[in-house]
Amino acid sequence: MKILLNAGQVRAAVDELVGQMAAATPAGTDIAVIGIKSRGEILAQRFSQKLTDKLGRDIPCGALDITLYRDDINDPHGKAQPTVRSTEIDFNIDGLIIILVDDVLETGRSIRAAMDALIDLGRPRAIRLAVLIDRGHRELPIQADFYSCKVDVPQDESVEVSLVETDDVDQVAVSKG
Amino acid sequence: MSDTKKILIKGGRVVDPANGFDEVADVLIVDHKIEAVGSVKDAGAEVIDANGCIVCPGLIDLHVHFREPGDEEEETIFSGSAAAVAGGFTSVVCMPNTKPAIDDETSVEYIHRMGRQARKTFIYCMGAITKDRKGEELAEMGLMVKAGAIGFTDDGAGVQNAAVMLRALKYAQMFDIVISQHCHDSSLGSNGVMNSGYNSTILGLPGMDPLAEEMMLWRDVQLVKKTNVRYHAQHLSTAGSVKIIREAKADGLPVSCEVTPHHLLFTDDAVMDYDTNFKVNPPLRTAADIEALKSAIKDGVVDCLATDHAPHLQSEKELEFLTAPCGIASLECALALYVRALVEPGVIGWSELIALMTYKPAGVIGVDKGTLTVGSRADVTIFDPDAEYVIDTEKFYSKSRNCPYDGWKVSAKIKTTIVAGEIRYSN
Amino acid sequence: MIRRNTKFNWKRKHLLSLRDLSRQELEHIFETAKGFEQFSTRSIKKAPTLRGKVMVNMFFEDSTRTRISFSLAASRLSADIVDFTKKSSSVSKGETLIDTARNLEAMGIDIVVIRHNAGGAAKLLSRSINACVVNAGDGFNEHPTQGLLDVYTIVKEKGSLEGLKIGIVGDIAHSRVARSNIWAMTKLGAEVTLVGPPTLMPAKVDQLPVNVSYNLDDVIENLDVINMLRIQFERMGGNPFPSVREYSHFFGLTVERAQRAKPGMLVMHPGPINRGLEMESEVADGEKSVILKQVANGLAIRMAVLFLVNQAAMQEGKK
Repeated sequence: MKILLNAGQVRAAVDELVGQMAAATPAGTDIAVIGIKSRGEILAQRFSQKLTDKLGRDIPCGALDITLYRDDINDPHGKAQPTVRSTEIDFNIDGLIIILVDDVLETGRSIRAAMDALIDLGRPRAIRLAVLIDRGHRELPIQADFYSCKVDVPQDESVEVSLVETDDVDQVAVSKG
Repeated sequence: MSDTKKILIKGGRVVDPANGFDEVADVLIVDHKIEAVGSVKDAGAEVIDANGCIVCPGLIDLHVHFREPGDEEEETIFSGSAAAVAGGFTSVVCMPNTKPAIDDETSVEYIHRMGRQARKTFIYCMGAITKDRKGEELAEMGLMVKAGAIGFTDDGAGVQNAAVMLRALKYAQMFDIVISQHCHDSSLGSNGVMNSGYNSTILGLPGMDPLAEEMMLWRDVQLVKKTNVRYHAQHLSTAGSVKIIREAKADGLPVSCEVTPHHLLFTDDAVMDYDTNFKVNPPLRTAADIEALKSAIKDGVVDCLATDHAPHLQSEKELEFLTAPCGIASLECALALYVRALVEPGVIGWSELIALMTYKPAGVIGVDKGTLTVGSRADVTIFDPDAEYVIDTEKFYSKSRNCPYDGWKVSAKIKTTIVAGEIRYSN
Repeated sequence: MIRRNTKFNWKRKHLLSLRDLSRQELEHIFETAKGFEQFSTRSIKKAPTLRGKVMVNMFFEDSTRTRISFSLAASRLSADIVDFTKKSSSVSKGETLIDTARNLEAMGIDIVVIRHNAGGAAKLLSRSINACVVNAGDGFNEHPTQGLLDVYTIVKEKGSLEGLKIGIVGDIAHSRVARSNIWAMTKLGAEVTLVGPPTLMPAKVDQLPVNVSYNLDDVIENLDVINMLRIQFERMGGNPFPSVREYSHFFGLTVERAQRAKPGMLVMHPGPINRGLEMESEVADGEKSVILKQVANGLAIRMAVLFLVNQAAMQEGKK
């Protein structure tokens, strides 16, 4: 296992992403962050707090469960059995700029699912994508608007993001298979 | 045929319970009769080597359903007869619940004729007690007796009305026959499909209370007290029934009873998977009932073993448990099943088992059979008590495969079945 | 609130009975159902999860609500729905249930929802075809989705079933709802009391993990939940009680009886209600009643069940 980012670097990465988001948000536009369960949700909460501080207005935050929209749900060779969780978005997304948050961007399939799920909930003005790590190996034409680092990780290795809220430590690690 | 036909069965253990005979000996059959039992030398005879085998009187089953006429897709007298000799049975009694029911002399004659044409086992039949087995008006019992019926029953149902049953027993006083009853009071268990108990509750299936059997049996015993006609209770299934029979016999009443293999081998736990091969009537009961039946057999309270061979189409047994017909086809493996249920656990020995399958059932229907007495008709069954085999319903002569014993590894294999001096089956 | 992921692998491609399920399995269904609840309030009440899958409603008995609930659940998951309704026959020769199902299967169905008057029909079907089988009520054996939605409703209202005193009142002997309730409730730690006349109790009821009472007035004050079963005249043989009037007198949930219950007691009914027989209208529509919530929860439960059985079938990879 190789540590890609330690706790301090994770914090810095979050701050950097918040800076990018704030800079890209013209005054007077309504934005909200929505995290993809489960680690995207935690990142989204951090972003929403920091954005609220930075922009001086309340930036709503939601959590999106994409299980029902995954394209591997009927694939007999799919990996683990996904568990359905609740989507928790207690605001109307119509007309908002939604910043969709996930921890790692790889194939792009989760993001596709998340966009479908979001569109079933309403009609946002725009959807932007923020991720902590972009590790490559895209299978769909999807790119992140905001990311803290791009790394080239071979496909047989996995990028594991740990966050203090659920994993007791902030770090990003790469491990074999 | 002018030539005398001789068969010599050599070196088997000859078990002839009626004559108290159980030793290694030869049996000589000349023409259709038993000529000699002992140490026999006869150069001109066809020799059957029975070394290691048991040689006994031909087995008799008082309770089979050959489905003819009416349901020939399930069984015919021809296929059933072939199954019978493969199971070692030289005489069987067909039940009258065919379509139409055997309730007149023509039907009785038809059964006998088909049996003769099949030329495998002796076919006897019982007529229906009431017309069309409806339990209302007496069938023409006398004319059926003349045609050869050896008893009467509405099997498949009991005669519900006590007055009708009393009338039947009274009327039967004219003849030397047995009245046989499927004891089931339908007011108590009319829509039941399994034993009433915890299992029926958790399976959500309507149950048949043991009382439904016992009430009718008790009633009939009272009627027999009044009429003193030979009465036979079919397929006893409950401890309560055993008690009633025990007491009736102690009172000296002319009652007899039979027990099937499945009521000795399975409890109602067998239906927990809704397997319709275990749907029978009377239903499979509890371990306590099995114990009571076994001790009754041990004590000699039970007169005979009978299969209640009840063939059904696979497609019918694939129905819902609620709708599927009742019954098990077991004629071809019956001996092995009784061995499993009674001999292997030491409830009874070979001699007792053979008695329950030969001269005792013959006595119930009043025919002079089931012995190897010199001069008697040569119905002989030869089986290897130690030969193990796997029950394979695909090899059944019976047309049906509704047999929960498929795949069982059992012992006691039929080698040769001789009916009236002719080898009708040999393996 | 963030929960740690509890990984649970659902393995059943059929839902036949709650007697078979473990506590963990029951809880996993509830957990899954929670994710489906919001669907009813969304503008687009649909997800593509079962797109391209075909669900057949095979109903051999009349049912409007259960069938509609399953259809709605399936359509919200984008499955295609075929309705097959037929009165089941009691003749033993002719086209059998299995023939019918195999014919449907030959047309490429994925999930069969079956309602049948024979106990064990769902199990029989599951043995005979490859598609997922969901039992929507078989004879008086079980009605698992009803049992699940009943228990789910209680969990949502009371937090948990642990230690709750639950009364199930009415025709226990002929009730598949009662059986499914008993298994699920006792597995989750509730104390269940069956209430009704002895003629409506099943054989050997004393061997079930429940209490039995013939007197509703004795138990009403202690109950946290009361589930009033529908009196199903069509299922009963003979007349197990002398008259409807007498039944209501002893076992009906009247306003007076409801007032003597704990303030927080939940009043449940699997529907459709015989108003004035099992319970008076004031109680059915009163503040203790969660009857309509049961119906709403039923949808989430059925979506969860369809989702899970399909998932298990996919994993089995047999299709």
